[in-house]
Amino acid sequence: MILYSARRAALMDDAARAAPKGRSLAADARRRLMQNKAAVFSLFLLGLVIILALAGPWFISHDYETPDWGALRSMPSFGNGHYFGTDQNGRDMLARTLYGTRVSLLVALIATLVSVCIGVLYGAVAGYVGGRVDQAMMRLVDIMYALPYILFVILLMVIFGRNVFLLFAAIGAIEWLTMARIVRGQTIALKEREFVEAARASGQTTFGIILRHIIPNLTGPVVIYAALTVPEIIVTESFLSYLGFGVQEPLTSLGTLISEGADVMEVMPWLLGFPALFLVSLLLSLMFIGDGLRDAFDPKDR
Amino acid sequence: MTAPLLQVENLLTRFEIALGMFRKPVGLNAVNDVSLTVAEGETLGIVGESGCGKSTLGRSILRLIEPTSGTVLWQGKPLTDLTPEELRMQRRDMQIIFQDPIASLDPRMTVGQIIGEPLAIFETALSRAERNERVVETMDAVGLAPEMINRFPHEFSGGQAQRIGIARAIVTRPKLVVCDEPVSALDVSIQAQIVNLLRKLREEFGLTFLFISHDLSVVRLISDRILVLYLGRIVEIGSKDAVFDHPAHPYTQALLAAAPVPDPKLARSRKHVALKGDPPSPLNPPPGCVFSNRCPKVRDACRTAQPELRAARTGQQAACILIEE
Amino acid sequence: MEPLLKLQDYTIRFATPDGDVHAVTGLDLDLAPGEKLAIVGESGSGKSQCWMGVMGLLARNARVSGRAMFGDRNLLGLTQRQLDAVRGAEICMVFQDPMTALNPVLRISRQLTETLEVHRGAGRREAEKQAIAMLERVGIPDAPRRFRQYPHEMSGGMRQRVVIAMALLTKPRLLIADEPTTALDVTIQAQILDLFQDLVTETGTSLVMISHDLGAVAGIADRVAVMYAGRIVEDSPVDDLYERPAHPYARALLQSIPRVDRATADIRPIDGRPPSLADLPRGCSFAPRCGYRTDACDAAVPPLADIEPGRIAACFHPVHRHTAADSKGSRT
Repeated sequence: MILYSARRAALMDDAARAAPKGRSLAADARRRLMQNKAAVFSLFLLGLVIILALAGPWFISHDYETPDWGALRSMPSFGNGHYFGTDQNGRDMLARTLYGTRVSLLVALIATLVSVCIGVLYGAVAGYVGGRVDQAMMRLVDIMYALPYILFVILLMVIFGRNVFLLFAAIGAIEWLTMARIVRGQTIALKEREFVEAARASGQTTFGIILRHIIPNLTGPVVIYAALTVPEIIVTESFLSYLGFGVQEPLTSLGTLISEGADVMEVMPWLLGFPALFLVSLLLSLMFIGDGLRDAFDPKDR
Repeated sequence: MTAPLLQVENLLTRFEIALGMFRKPVGLNAVNDVSLTVAEGETLGIVGESGCGKSTLGRSILRLIEPTSGTVLWQGKPLTDLTPEELRMQRRDMQIIFQDPIASLDPRMTVGQIIGEPLAIFETALSRAERNERVVETMDAVGLAPEMINRFPHEFSGGQAQRIGIARAIVTRPKLVVCDEPVSALDVSIQAQIVNLLRKLREEFGLTFLFISHDLSVVRLISDRILVLYLGRIVEIGSKDAVFDHPAHPYTQALLAAAPVPDPKLARSRKHVALKGDPPSPLNPPPGCVFSNRCPKVRDACRTAQPELRAARTGQQAACILIEE
Repeated sequence: MEPLLKLQDYTIRFATPDGDVHAVTGLDLDLAPGEKLAIVGESGSGKSQCWMGVMGLLARNARVSGRAMFGDRNLLGLTQRQLDAVRGAEICMVFQDPMTALNPVLRISRQLTETLEVHRGAGRREAEKQAIAMLERVGIPDAPRRFRQYPHEMSGGMRQRVVIAMALLTKPRLLIADEPTTALDVTIQAQILDLFQDLVTETGTSLVMISHDLGAVAGIADRVAVMYAGRIVEDSPVDDLYERPAHPYARALLQSIPRVDRATADIRPIDGRPPSLADLPRGCSFAPRCGYRTDACDAAVPPLADIEPGRIAACFHPVHRHTAADSKGSRT
């Protein structure tokens, strides 16, 4: 008997291991995304920009802060090795643009992560628990929404001084509000679905339900919204830098470069053109990827 | 004498319906003063039309919806007094099967994860391999091939998805399973497969069913006893043969007369129009007997008070004053 | 008698990224004036798509071929404008969910009189009079008051009555009802079926009732066509079909439904499930689930053939002469 059941267990284990993989929703979405030409091209472009920003500085002979006294205000030229030209201080624009892209991407990535983490947990708990807890949590979000956030960031900067990490935190702390609202709405819809009731009937704990059933089913909307948040944060950072609250010299970001370039665009248009080109291609590709993800996760909504 | 598996006394579930910001919410008794007992191994069929509270009754007994008052005794112990944590631990013995087979399965989980979830909660001593073995065994019992274990719900037809739902419900070897319209969303030929599967599992695992359905013919097939619900109240309860062969309450009689039969000669000769009008809104039940405004045999006395359940000559109980004491 | 509607080699295919889905394949069907025909099948049998196609209401990726002769016009060849003149005037349709057929923001009065004014050129006063009379005819109590209400103020059964009234107002020659009682409770279902029966007999309209429920159509149909995987497998007078089904699928279907009027606990499910419409078998679609299957069934699709006067079935081994006792039911 024992032998028999052990053999059967082994057999069944084999059967289970040999069982074909199913098509998950995520795999389906990936397949649909890959059929979207604009999204695939954007992914390629985004990948290219990221690789350039990360690896580029290793291959160019100039760094972003050392002035080249022999080539102040140089036009883009192959002759002196400044392919994107130099600025008023003789710093290489190619290096500066690549570094700026790095910083902008880093700000966007960290701020988006912060907003996703806080927003998803906050929204899922508020939506699932409901009732008074939900009321209190969402009123807090409303109040924070009502604060004029530019003023909020300026105040932070004035009190604590200019600091890149403070910038990350400030932007992330604003962006999670929208994420929390979206997640809460989705959670309330999910909570009414039968499979959540089934989990409750199976004896799953409240936390288990949120973790195992609610959050995985939020992937679609969260990924889509996060992809659309990244460009928003890049723009916000650029805007703050334009106002002078961004990263500090000689470190730079795309926004800072553009704001400096805008002042001299009549005499040195390359100082505006190249960073703007990077920013625009970054934003456009992220937008298209976000749109593509939305279509991929929600094929019915098209 | 041992206590029955399940005993429900004067159960009442009331919903407050908000009518708008400036109006007082209105109360709706979805389940109204329901008492019943279910013995181990027995199948109680609960029938009624939409909005009669049959699903709410099933969920209130399991406390998936909190009942407003009344008691539910589980093997003699009051379920209604348990703390949420104690109740959660009790759930391995009482499970539920849902109407919409696809919607009741988490779209992001594989079949193995779905069926294994209750095991992961209640049988924490099991190793991963042992758990997998139990899942495969259960899949085998409900007629699912083991190689489906890694597939996702959307890859299945309705009938197969319902088998997954059934496997999840029986994997912890529960005593009671509430079947909430388990075949209503399925095609005719598949319905018969699932009904036969449920009957087989009942034998094999000694299950007790609360079988909720609007379809009288399916209920007749699987139940030992029948409970007829109208506007949240029991109008008739008794053995299957008594209720189907000698319905005592005018509502049960009308339901049976209206149920379609696949026999053209009989269907043409039957007079359907025993019952006129629509069921009243549960927000605004008629005074007296809940059925009084549609009843073909209504008397003046029916409009004053809701009649108590009384024994009919054929053995069942019905809430109608026309039944001779 | 000249048929009112004649479908010939009528085929519907849906082009999808994963290949063609064969919703309806080579259908031939005649409908006589005043006849009450039931179309019975399970989901995916093509029973609804077939009639949506006749009405020109299919999704955009549908490819329709064959002919659907309504009198001397081929409905499949009409322009949008010509079709609009037929739809709602000569052919009307009643759907499963009455809420989708009624506009929630318009009063019943407006929705009822509109069709009359458009298709019959009736004046406002005249249209209202006719509409109220029709509401009374379909059994709506207090019709003049109900006439001024919005759909959400009515119960499901009441709304379905309004939809039926709307469909019959223009005195169509053909009424197509797609699962008209499926969304309704048993007691209301019986009322609506009786109503259909009376109205159709009274007006002489032809009726096509699409249903998955052999019980619901038993009392109302003259003839029943059973569909499986996009084809008609049997087309018989109603009494013959229920007493002596000829196609093994029809027989198996009848044996798989429980009966409320019998104490027997014996039902025989049909094992397996219908084939995918994207990948139909080469032979008979039912062969893989059939107890009477032979090699011939796998080799070619059996054509619809006369098996008795007035009965056709698509089967090499029709079972109408078998008694209940020698039934093999479905394969196990």
